[in-house]
Amino acid sequence: MSIVKLSNNGVKNATAFGSITGLGSMIFIKKLTASSSSTLSFVHGSGGVDFSTYKEYLFTFNNIHHQTINKYFSFNVSIDGGSNYNVAKTSTHFRAYHYESGSSATVEYVGGDDLAQGTGIQHIGQDIGINNDDSTSGYLHLFNPSGTVGVKHFIARTSNCVSTPTAQDAFTAGYINSTSAVDAVQFSVSSGNIDAGDICLYGIA
Amino acid sequence: MALVKYNNNSISAVTSAASIPSGAMTHIKTLTASDSSSLRFVHGSADVDFSSYPIYVFKFYNIHGSTDGEYTFGFQGSIDAGSNYNVAITSTMIQSYHGESDSGGALIYYTGGDQAQGTSVQLLNAGGTGGDNDQSCSGELWLFNPSSDTFVKHFMAVTNISQDNDNSNNCYTAGYFNTTSDIDAMSFEPGRVSVSTVFQTGTIKMYGIKDS
Repeated sequence: MSIVKLSNNGVKNATAFGSITGLGSMIFIKKLTASSSSTLSFVHGSGGVDFSTYKEYLFTFNNIHHQTINKYFSFNVSIDGGSNYNVAKTSTHFRAYHYESGSSATVEYVGGDDLAQGTGIQHIGQDIGINNDDSTSGYLHLFNPSGTVGVKHFIARTSNCVSTPTAQDAFTAGYINSTSAVDAVQFSVSSGNIDAGDICLYGIA
Repeated sequence: MALVKYNNNSISAVTSAASIPSGAMTHIKTLTASDSSSLRFVHGSADVDFSSYPIYVFKFYNIHGSTDGEYTFGFQGSIDAGSNYNVAITSTMIQSYHGESDSGGALIYYTGGDQAQGTSVQLLNAGGTGGDNDQSCSGELWLFNPSSDTFVKHFMAVTNISQDNDNSNNCYTAGYFNTTSDIDAMSFEPGRVSVSTVFQTGTIKMYGIKDS
């Protein structure tokens, strides 16, 4: 008996394969690539972005390169579909750094980079260099942005080429102090553009 | 109407299935220690690939050494497909620790675990991992864009060990390979050894994270 073989088209409407209902719990949603960009924004309902399906979202940063030296890689969020990025946040920030020269190394809390109900941008990487090979990489977890009961927690960690030159490991965490759904997240530099780099958004099922 | 049932062979040509979401984190390779002096992932060898993904994650499960307190778990990269593991690294390490006896309890910067353009094995643990049968190291290491020919290569790691002095020791290590050449191999090995030490047991898994 000849066998009937299925092609991709033959199963295009399938939503499950027997007991297989998915091929992993980390789902790629969207990639934005900077090109002298003042901001990179992920807005619910735009370009496949969805902040309501998953309980956790992960942003990854790959080689974010700044236009202007010694500025801060940052983010803010919106509760009105990206019309305004100005939600109150309370956060902590600490970092470890080590000069390439070996002259200085420590871990410290950085009061200048935390927020106490601040509505401005949240810094997640500091004093980044602008040599061609300098950049920031890391990630940001955003928990339950579509919740309408509690605050929205976030946890970020970045590895940075500081201009000194220095390796810097920056830890930022806190919460968006709103019970409204967060429906857009915007990344920027405290001054100047993001010259290059990728930011990817994933949902954690 | 009779129901047509398909078997594995009949769907062998299918590579995607419409609405079924595909995972963004793809398993690439698992290495298991068995009295191993090192565990190495080399591009082009045994399905290892350092060029297809923008981010790689290595996960460590119960890395267990042969010598109590005489080794820390570490890594180095190669830019010549594993002929040499000696790329310049600038890095930081912070640790928090707390003893089973309630001793300690602190957060400090650990200068013994950082490097300033050093080419040595980059430690992932502060202090020596215990050699008791139930002691080991677990954690993960993220490596960003190793195939870039423009940027330095960032890495970030977190580990926890059951230390030889019966502390729980939580380490955060980060930094960069200071090269614009592509990293095409990674070696995991004991980072501080005063006697002959091997990884008796333990598993390292390598994953790629998709960006499309």
